[in-house]
Formats: sequence, C-alpha cells, structure tokens
Amino acid sequence: MRRIILLVLFCLVLPGSVLAVQPDEKLDDPALEARAKELSAEIRCVVCQSETIETSNAGMARDIRILIRERLAAGQDEDQIRDYLVSRYGDYILYRPPMKPSTWLLWFGPALVFVMGLAALLVYLRKRRPNQSATDQLSESEQRRLAQLVEEDRQS
Amino acid sequence: MTMLRRLLFVLPLLIFAAAAAFFVWGLDPDRDPGEIPSVLIDKPVPEFSLPPIRGSEPGESTSTGLSSADLSGQGITLVNVFASWCMPCRAEHPILTDLRRQEDIRLVGINYKDESEEALAWLDELGNPYDAIGADMEGDAGLEWGVSGVPETFFVDNEGIIRYRHVGPIHETELDDLILPILEELR
Repeated sequence: MRRIILLVLFCLVLPGSVLAVQPDEKLDDPALEARAKELSAEIRCVVCQSETIETSNAGMARDIRILIRERLAAGQDEDQIRDYLVSRYGDYILYRPPMKPSTWLLWFGPALVFVMGLAALLVYLRKRRPNQSATDQLSESEQRRLAQLVEEDRQS
Repeated sequence: MTMLRRLLFVLPLLIFAAAAAFFVWGLDPDRDPGEIPSVLIDKPVPEFSLPPIRGSEPGESTSTGLSSADLSGQGITLVNVFASWCMPCRAEHPILTDLRRQEDIRLVGINYKDESEEALAWLDELGNPYDAIGADMEGDAGLEWGVSGVPETFFVDNEGIIRYRHVGPIHETELDDLILPILEELR
C-alpha cells in the first residue's frame, strides 16, 4: 500500500521535474515568475533548436532565462525583452513568427491552399453536372433498341 | 475552355517541377538547416566591456581586456569566441594563429564561460595568438553578440562594423574559398 502511495506521489511530481528551470533561477515574486515562464515558453533555444528555453537544459537557454528574469525584475515588459532578443538573434528566436511580408506565405499559405482546393472542387462539380443529366435519359434510337432487346428476350 | 484544359494538362508538370526544386534545395548537402542567420551583419559591434583573464598568481593574466572601443579604427579585426573546454577551438587554434601571422589583421578573443586558470593554461600550452582577450565569465557579452555556441568568429572592418560571422571552427579547407576572399573584400 505504501509503495502504491509512493508511486502515485512520484507520478505527480514527475511532470514538474521535466522542466529545465532551476530553483535558483526563480524569482520571488510569483506574478513576475509567471510572466517569465510564459515568455520563456515562446523563446527558442538557439543551441537545441527544437526546444524552448523553458524546457532546454543548454547553458545558453539558462542564460536567456536569467536575462528575462533580470529584465522583468528591472521593470521591462515582454515586448522590450522580445525586441532585445530579436535584435541579437533575429526572428528565429521567436516561436511565434511575426506577421510581415516575408512571413505572409507562412501565415496565409494554408488558407491559400484551402481556397485553391475549394475552387478546384467547385470547377469539378460544375463540370460534372451536365454530363450526368445527359446519361440519365436515353435518346430515341437507344429507347427503340432497348425495347427491341427486351422483346427478343421475352420471345426466347 | 481549351485554355483551361491546356492549363489542367500542364498543371501536374508545374506542381512536379515546384516540388522537385524544393527537394533539390532541401537535399543540398551544403545547406545547414540549423543555421541561424545573423542579424548583426552590417551592424556596428554591440556594446560590451570585458576584463582580462586573471589567474590566481599575481601578474598572471592576459594583458588587456576587450571592449567595443577596441574594435574600430584598427583595421580588420577577427573577434574569436573561444573556450578551453571547447574541443573544436583546439582544432581551430593553429589556423587562427597562421591567419594572424600571415594576414594583415588583428585577432582578439572573447574567452567564453571559462575558468581563468584553465584558459591561461590552454593559452600557455597552445600559444597566444590574440592581440587582446576579454573574459566573458557569465556569457553576457556572448548574448550581446548573438552567439549560439563556441567557437564563433566575427569579422569586423575598420569602421567597427560586423561584416561576416563564422559559426563553428574555421576549417583549413575553408581558407582559400571562403575566408581569404572575405578578408580581401574587407580591405
């Protein structure tokens, strides 16, 4: 029983310990710490590039986490810190790419593909309709031929 | 109608051509998908000021520190970010030494997040080709320079403008095709 309780406790603790933020980095002010966490979650680690600095163990990620906290504590807001990081590392450091001409394709590309697909579908459907109604009805000669076949079948 | 039909006919070809071009670009072995384009190119060197590397013994230190003021009006300066714990730096060291000796350049170092004792021992062992070295113990200057790892080398012109950034060690095979032409252009 005790083992089960320990296991449950361990599982509860586990998700928290996955984060790379060290206790000594944390700010005393919980509101500020929450803002730091939120900002860290959208800053890319430049060493292990598929991770945010919030989860990365790289030394550089730690440096930037501390930089964010120092600047927040000094009264800067998120935009100022983000601007500073972009001025050093470029848009690349942001997990949320900014909206500007060079990223329009990134932002609107999926919608563009969707609209193109929709247009193609409409064209296809519109083209199909008249052909279908043409096959619905038999011409006069076809009807005569059909009647003849049915007659032959009945006689045999 | 025939126009549309003709378009439909070539459309798969066009899509194939676009996809093929994309794949050729993506499979190019010279392309490094992890490369972060530097935003500092053609910008003045960032503000920073670093003390020299100081050992525990009196008098044991590199002579001068390094700050932004040292990087303009002095001809072409290579700013090399290095550390004694960084293996590629060791491989790069003789190449930088030769460059400093053979070309008309200054070579300065930013000793990144290093123990001063170890940095001094490293320079003792391999020789010190640097005109000046600043000790960046906390990595603050590294952030200012937008460094993502060690080694990295920035080429700064006479006006103190960053003109080229080399990520990773300068390899011997890159000298003729890459490094020397850039130096030529900066002169």
